[in-house]
Amino acid sequence: MKKDIILGGVGGQGILSIAAIIGLAAVEAGLFLKQAEVHGMSQRGGDVQSNLRLSDKIIYSDLIPIGKADMIIAVEPMESLRYLPMLAPDGWLITNTQTFVNIPNYPDKDVLMAEIGKVKHHIAIDADKIAKDMGTLKSANMVVLGAASPFLDLSYELLEKAIGMLFGRKGENVVAVNLQAMNAGRDFALNALKS
Amino acid sequence: MQKLLLLGDEAIAQAAIDAGLTGIFAYPGTPSTEITEYVQHSKQAAQKKIRAAWSANEKTAMEAALGVSYVGKRAMVCMKHVGLNVAADAFINAGMTGANGGLIVVSADDPSMHSSQNEQDSRFYGKFAMIPTLEPSNQQEAYDMVYYGYELSEKLGTPVLMRITTRLAHSRAAVARRPELPQNELRLPSDLKQFILLPAIARKRYKGLIAKQDIFIDEAVKSGFNKYLEGSDHSLGIIACGIAYNYLMENFQETEIPYPVLKITQYPVPRNLLERMVNECDQILVLEEGYPIIEELLRGFLMKCLKIKGRLDGTIQRDGELNPTKVAQALGMEVTPGAEIPSIVAGRPPSLCVGCSHRDAYNALNEALAEYSKGRVFSDIGCYTLGALAPFDAINTCVDMGASITMAKGAAEAGLVPAVAVIGDSTFTHSGITGLLDAVNDNTPITVIIADNATTGMTGGQTSSATGKIEAICRGVGVEEEHIRVIKPLKKHHEENVKVILDELNYHGVSVIIPRRECIQTLNKRMREKAKTTQSE
Repeated sequence: MKKDIILGGVGGQGILSIAAIIGLAAVEAGLFLKQAEVHGMSQRGGDVQSNLRLSDKIIYSDLIPIGKADMIIAVEPMESLRYLPMLAPDGWLITNTQTFVNIPNYPDKDVLMAEIGKVKHHIAIDADKIAKDMGTLKSANMVVLGAASPFLDLSYELLEKAIGMLFGRKGENVVAVNLQAMNAGRDFALNALKS
Repeated sequence: MQKLLLLGDEAIAQAAIDAGLTGIFAYPGTPSTEITEYVQHSKQAAQKKIRAAWSANEKTAMEAALGVSYVGKRAMVCMKHVGLNVAADAFINAGMTGANGGLIVVSADDPSMHSSQNEQDSRFYGKFAMIPTLEPSNQQEAYDMVYYGYELSEKLGTPVLMRITTRLAHSRAAVARRPELPQNELRLPSDLKQFILLPAIARKRYKGLIAKQDIFIDEAVKSGFNKYLEGSDHSLGIIACGIAYNYLMENFQETEIPYPVLKITQYPVPRNLLERMVNECDQILVLEEGYPIIEELLRGFLMKCLKIKGRLDGTIQRDGELNPTKVAQALGMEVTPGAEIPSIVAGRPPSLCVGCSHRDAYNALNEALAEYSKGRVFSDIGCYTLGALAPFDAINTCVDMGASITMAKGAAEAGLVPAVAVIGDSTFTHSGITGLLDAVNDNTPITVIIADNATTGMTGGQTSSATGKIEAICRGVGVEEEHIRVIKPLKKHHEENVKVILDELNYHGVSVIIPRRECIQTLNKRMREKAKTTQSE
């Protein structure tokens, strides 16, 4: 088993909590793990990414080789496209469709969605809307994680357990909200796969 | 013992705690910051009463760590690569004094300049100071090398440099711990003149340091971190330093490497290992994260050794960090990128946060300077450096910590009046105070803006040494009371702020303007924590 995942977003959008949950679940599953993060200057509203690698064999490089990523998980649609050269031909792109516009030359949303549509395997999900409808806008990143969950080759129970581990000290309520958000994302992806 | 999932930085910190650390000293700097933060947040470190507060700058940190070593206890000092320039005087001379208690200096390099102004390679400093240098290839080795580094430091009476790079510092992997050691007892050097670098003593110390070089090399063979791995195909030999070793191995996950490989993670490099590879192989590929140090060593000054491939002959790009793809290409392996980035994808540079006080300060400064010709603003290292970008385009320089005040001074003395310096509160106490003193002593007509957000912002909001002290420092240095002006950088005060700046631009002497408002990030964090405590009450 090997999963090489690129996580993309904008500084402050919480891609690192997605990485942390997948990471905790992978460790519970007894897998090897490497996860490279971005700290420092780009965290100030710039593009940020994380390389997350899971495997049942020893992992050497902290970085994923170009063209070899199994998945791109993005919490922002334009950021999802930035890492296309990293994605393997049969890889999956899972992205939030809610744009984060903090630059003057942000592309037209329809053109953006058309580009995402060109990727052979993709799930585009309005995670912000789903989270907002549940009254938990802050857990949009968990909706995205849920949408990615069918492709992770990790048992869903382990992901649920990891959410409990990560958010446990913030109280049962926070855990429940995040679980609900992840579930909603997962349901969306499973339905999309059926159709 | 149970494995921990740790960043490279955290693995170093945990190893130091386990190895009997007494004190860690540092000034925040990406990608080194998390080492000290880990110790600050560690319950284990608190129980052991390990000191871990931030220092004013890397030099004071280095010297305090040397003081801990002087009394026989174990110390660590951490900085980003350019921080070692600041600490260099103390660092190089610590090579001369040697260590008593174990002393490890961690310098975190940032190839590709993710968050830095250059990509200098700290291994040069190890050679410069003539001390052993460790360059771990992964998180576990980082842990093990700290543990080993303290033994080495005490056994040979020398500080040890540990060089890491961004990818190791900020990447997480499972790390196995070793048994905890107690802290050393207080034990002064047996020779109480060891640390007096008077010429007569320094000459002896230097002879001793030279004599130790062979022992350092010997250690680099015996420790087992440097490895010569056999290979049947001698058409190529590969030297892989530090994290480059991982990128090499990544390309041979499914097959054995046919070529001999020399993994180098400890310096000085044993000559016999290099010699063996040069004798055995037709060509040699040198993989180094950073400068082509070993490559240059092998090629020689006249570049006549044509069998060496690496960064100098273009086999690998001369600048920028390595990755598995670059190594694959250097090996002539096929690389197939995924789809191209669609042309509509725009760059997204970092920017000042919405609500950041620097935004209001720059808006006021830009308006005040509108009537003058452009190019008068000397700035410094910190979040406010982002004032260089649109829509502000507010600054003209960013060179090194503290250079804003002194460059403005030089420019003013050469005729550029008014000249403005923009420096942050933490940068001011790091390296700005002495420059301000120079300006006061010369009564140079400069306007110094000390943007006080009460934190070290860019590195994530660490305590600032300047908080609550700036006016007193300026007065103490000799800035006249009426030319120390505190303003509140908010939109509603814009007009009066512009006026204050204009007044001081017109004053022919040293003025200090302090736009003061808490960093929006630390403010939000404080509010969140407050909400949490009220909730739990």
